Amino acid sequence: MTPPGPGAAEAPRKLTKKDFESDQDVRWCPGCGDYAILSAVQKTMPDLGLPKENIVFISGIGCSSRFPYYMNTYGFHTIHGRAPAIATGLKVARPDLKVFVVTGDGDGLSIGGNHMLHVLRRNVDITILLFNNRIYGLTKGQYSPTSELGKVTKSTPMGSADRPVNPLSFALGCGATFVGRTVDRDVRHMEEMLKRAAAHKGTGFLEILQNCNVYNDLAWNVMYEKETKVKHELRLEHGKPLIFGAADDRKAVIMKGVQPTVVKASEVQESALWVHDEKSPNAAKLLADLFFPDYPVPVGTLLDIDAPIYEKTMLDQEQRAISDRGPGDIAKLLTSGDTWKIE
Amino acid sequence: MSETVATARGVPKEIKELDRAVIRFAGDSGDGMQLTGEQFTTESAVAGNDIATLPNFPAEIRAPAGTLFGVSSFQLQFGSQRVYTPGDRLDCLIAMNPAALKVHLRDLKPGGILIVNTAAYDKRNLDKAGYPSNPLDDASLGERYRLHKVDMSALTHEAIKDLPLNTKEKDRTKNFFALGLVSWIYTRPLEPTLDWISKKFAKAKDIAEANVRVLKAGHAFGETAEIFGEHYTVDAADMPPGLYRAMTGNRALAWGLLAAAQRSNVPVVYGAYPITPASSILEELAMHKRFRIRTIQAEDEIAAVTAAIGASFGGAIGVTGSSGPGIALKSEGIGLAVTAELPIVIFDIQRGGPSTGLPTKTEQADLMQAMYGRNSESPCVVIAPATPGDCFYIAYEAVRIAAKYMVPVLVLSDGFLANGSEPWLIPDVNTLPPIDVQFRTESEGFFPYLRDPATLSRPWVRPGTPGLEHRIGGLEKQDVTGNISYDPENHDHMVRMRAEKVRRVAQEIPPTSINGPATGDLLVVGWGGTYGSITAAVERAQAEGKSVAQIHLRHLNPLPPDLGHILREYRKILVPEINSGQLVRVLRAEYLVDAVGFNKVRGLPLASEEIHEAITQLLESK
Repeated sequence: MTPPGPGAAEAPRKLTKKDFESDQDVRWCPGCGDYAILSAVQKTMPDLGLPKENIVFISGIGCSSRFPYYMNTYGFHTIHGRAPAIATGLKVARPDLKVFVVTGDGDGLSIGGNHMLHVLRRNVDITILLFNNRIYGLTKGQYSPTSELGKVTKSTPMGSADRPVNPLSFALGCGATFVGRTVDRDVRHMEEMLKRAAAHKGTGFLEILQNCNVYNDLAWNVMYEKETKVKHELRLEHGKPLIFGAADDRKAVIMKGVQPTVVKASEVQESALWVHDEKSPNAAKLLADLFFPDYPVPVGTLLDIDAPIYEKTMLDQEQRAISDRGPGDIAKLLTSGDTWKIE
Repeated sequence: MSETVATARGVPKEIKELDRAVIRFAGDSGDGMQLTGEQFTTESAVAGNDIATLPNFPAEIRAPAGTLFGVSSFQLQFGSQRVYTPGDRLDCLIAMNPAALKVHLRDLKPGGILIVNTAAYDKRNLDKAGYPSNPLDDASLGERYRLHKVDMSALTHEAIKDLPLNTKEKDRTKNFFALGLVSWIYTRPLEPTLDWISKKFAKAKDIAEANVRVLKAGHAFGETAEIFGEHYTVDAADMPPGLYRAMTGNRALAWGLLAAAQRSNVPVVYGAYPITPASSILEELAMHKRFRIRTIQAEDEIAAVTAAIGASFGGAIGVTGSSGPGIALKSEGIGLAVTAELPIVIFDIQRGGPSTGLPTKTEQADLMQAMYGRNSESPCVVIAPATPGDCFYIAYEAVRIAAKYMVPVLVLSDGFLANGSEPWLIPDVNTLPPIDVQFRTESEGFFPYLRDPATLSRPWVRPGTPGLEHRIGGLEKQDVTGNISYDPENHDHMVRMRAEKVRRVAQEIPPTSINGPATGDLLVVGWGGTYGSITAAVERAQAEGKSVAQIHLRHLNPLPPDLGHILREYRKILVPEINSGQLVRVLRAEYLVDAVGFNKVRGLPLASEEIHEAITQLLESK
C-alpha cells in the first residue's frame, strides 16, 4: 500500500470486483452455478466498505469449498464440515475481521451439521453462504441431505430412503438471527441478498439454490424457467403482503387457523393478508416450510433480528475482568494463595 | 530417636521420628476423602515435607453409597527426603466404611495403622461390601494391624450437638474428625486447614464452626484417648530454598499457558469439550480472563481442535485439550494443522482405554496415537511432562516450539499427573526462555510457504495485514508459493519437508541428564508420569551398589540427539511403561537396541517396588 502523503489523509481507493479476483484458475465444471455466485460475491465485496485484508473466506470440503482460492482476500480451505468451528475460533481470536463461511448442503448439513447448529445458536458474527444443489458433486453424484426422498443416485439405485432436511427450517430451529434464500441464476437478487446477509450483525445464514449441471441438473428448475418462476416465486419484502404469481393470476399466502393457505389475491380482504415481518421468528418458521408444488417458493429475507453476539460477549467479559482487577500478572498468580518458604 | 511430651491430661505420649510415611484416606464417594487428602497434603507441605499424591475416585459422580465401586481414596507419601511417588504400600489406612476396608486393606503393610469409623460398619454396609460378618470382630485383624476402632460419627455429633445444623449436615463433617485425628498422629499443623475452613465457609458461619470443632475434636481425641500410645513426626525435607506452593498437573498446564500468553504477548484461545481427566484445564483457564485467555467450550472434540486452528490462523495461540478418545476425534484436525503449518498445542491427558475405558484412571498408552495416529505422513512434535510441576514448563515449552516452528505440538500428560500434586518451587518467570513471535508484515518477496532456513518454518501472517492476502488449506501445496499442487515430486518433497521441520526441533533439546553412571550394566528409560516410580526404584538399586542409570525423556518426537549414543553405553536397557510396550518399540526401531519393556496396564501408577524387581531380574538374567 502507498503511504499517505504528508498532511493529508488520502481517501482509500474504492475497490472494484477485480481487486477481489485471485490469480488462481477457477476449476469448477463448465456451466456450474458456482461461477455466478463467485462473480456476484466478488462484485458485492467493494460495497462492504472494508479493506480486503480484513476479509477472510473459510470453507470446508466440497465443490463450493474451493471458493476461498478464487478470492483475493485471506482464505482457508479446511476440512469437511468444520468451517463454522474454524470460523468461530478465528472470530474469538480476531473479532475485528469480516469472516465468510462458504459451504454446501453436504458439508454444512451432513458432516458439519453439528457445527452449523452451534455456530447459529451462538450467533457468531460471520456470514454463511450455503450452496444447496441437493447432491454430492465432488464425490461424483451421491444423494445429499437435501435430496428429495426417493432420489435415485449411484449410492441409492432404488431411491434414497431418508427424508430431506430443509436448510432454512434447520437454521431457524437452531436460533439463527438472519435467514435468507436466493437463487444462483437471479444475479441481481443474489447480490442484494449477499449484501444483506453480510451486513447482519451476528450469524447471517444465506441459502443459495445452486445448480449442479453435471450430477443434478435443473434441480431448481421451477426457479429457472421463466414461466414457472413468475408463477411460483414468492419475493419476501418486509412490511409487504405475501402476494405472488403472474400479473393476471395473483395469489396470496394467508393463514387459515394454523395452516398457511394459498388463495386468489383478489378474494382476500386487505386485513386478512399475511404481511411479512422479518422480525418474527414464528412467521419465519412457517415461511421456511413453504415450497413448490403446494406452495410458492419464498426467496429473500425470512428473518433478521438482533441477539447477543458470542465473541462480543466473551470480549466484554475479558474487558470487564481486566478493568475490575487489572491485567493478569503471572508472577503474582504464581505466588498467590497458599505458599510456604523453605530457607 | 524418640521423646515424650506431656499431653493435655498430663499423660506423656511418645513421639517417633520417621523418614517418610504413606497414608491413604478411603471412604464412600460422599465421605469427602479427596478434600481430606488435599488438606492433609497442605498441612504436610507447610510442615516442609516433600510430597507426592495419588487421588483415586470412581467414574460415577454419585456412586451408590456403601458399594465397592463407590469407594474414593486419596493417598500421599510425605517425607524428610526426596519423595518421588505416592508410595506403594501403606503405613496408615483410614477406612471410613466396610467397602473402603475391603478394597484397600490389601495395600496396608503388616503392622500398619488401620483406623475405621465403627459407625459405618452396620449390617447394611457390611452386606454391600460383601462381608458375611463384621471384620472388626475378627481378632486376626487387630493382630495383623494396629487397629483403631473409633466411632467417628458419634464423636462428631457430640462435638457439635448444640449447633443449628441438621443431622445430614452434621454427619458430613466427620471427614474432618478423621483429618484431625490423623493430623495428630503425624504431628501436622492444623492452621492451614483452619484457614481454609474460614475462607471456604466465610458465609456459612455454622458450618465453619462445625468443621473447626470437629477437626479439633479429632485432634484432641488422638491426644487424649488411651488407644494411641505414640505418634510421629516427619522432619522437613532438605529441599532447594525458595517459595513453594502445591501444584497439580492440570493447573500447571493451565498456568504454563498463561505464562506463555504473557511472555509472547499473543492471546491464547483454548478450545475444549469436557472430558475426564482434562476438564479442569478448561475450568482453570476460564477463571483467568485477565490474561487474555479465551476459552471456548466447543460442541465436540472436532470443533475444539478446529477452533484452535482457526484462532491460530488469526494470529493467536490455538490450544486444545482432551483425553485419548477426544484426541482420536481430533486427528483429522491435527492433520490440517500439520499441512497448513499452523502452530497449535494439543494436551492429551491420557486415561485408561481403549474406547471409554477407565475414565478416571491413569495410563500411558497414547504414545503411538500421538506419534502416528493420523492419516498419511503427519508428524507432530510430542513432549511429555515428568511430574505435576513439570507440566508448567512443558505447556510453556509447547507454545514456544509451536510458534517457532509453525507445527502442532502434542503434550502427553496423564490422569496421575493431572490430579496428583507436589510441592513446587515457584520459578522466576523472567528466567523462562523468551517466546519471540514475529508476524510477517513485509509484503515484498512474500510467499505463504517461504521457509526460514534454520527452522524451516513458514511465515505467520495475521489476517488484516495489507498486501499479504493469501489462501492456505488442506490440499497439498507447492512449497514456497503455497499454490495447490498435484505434482508427484512436489508431494514427495513436502512429505520430507514436514518431517524435517519436526526433526529440526531436536536443536531445542538440551543434553539428556543421566541419573547415575554414564556407562554401566543397565539403563532405565522412562517418559511421562512414571518418573517418580522409576527414580525411586533406580535410586534404591544404586544404593544397593548396582550399576544402574536412569534417563527420563521429555521429548519423544523428535527424540534427543544424544539418545542413540547414551543407549549404547549400557549393557541392558529397561523401559517401564503403563502400556504394552510403546516407547520400547520406538527405541528398538530407531536405534536397533535390545531394549526390554516392563509393562503393567492397571490404570494405576507403576509401583517402584515392582520396577526395582524388574531391574534386579534383568541384571541377573544373562
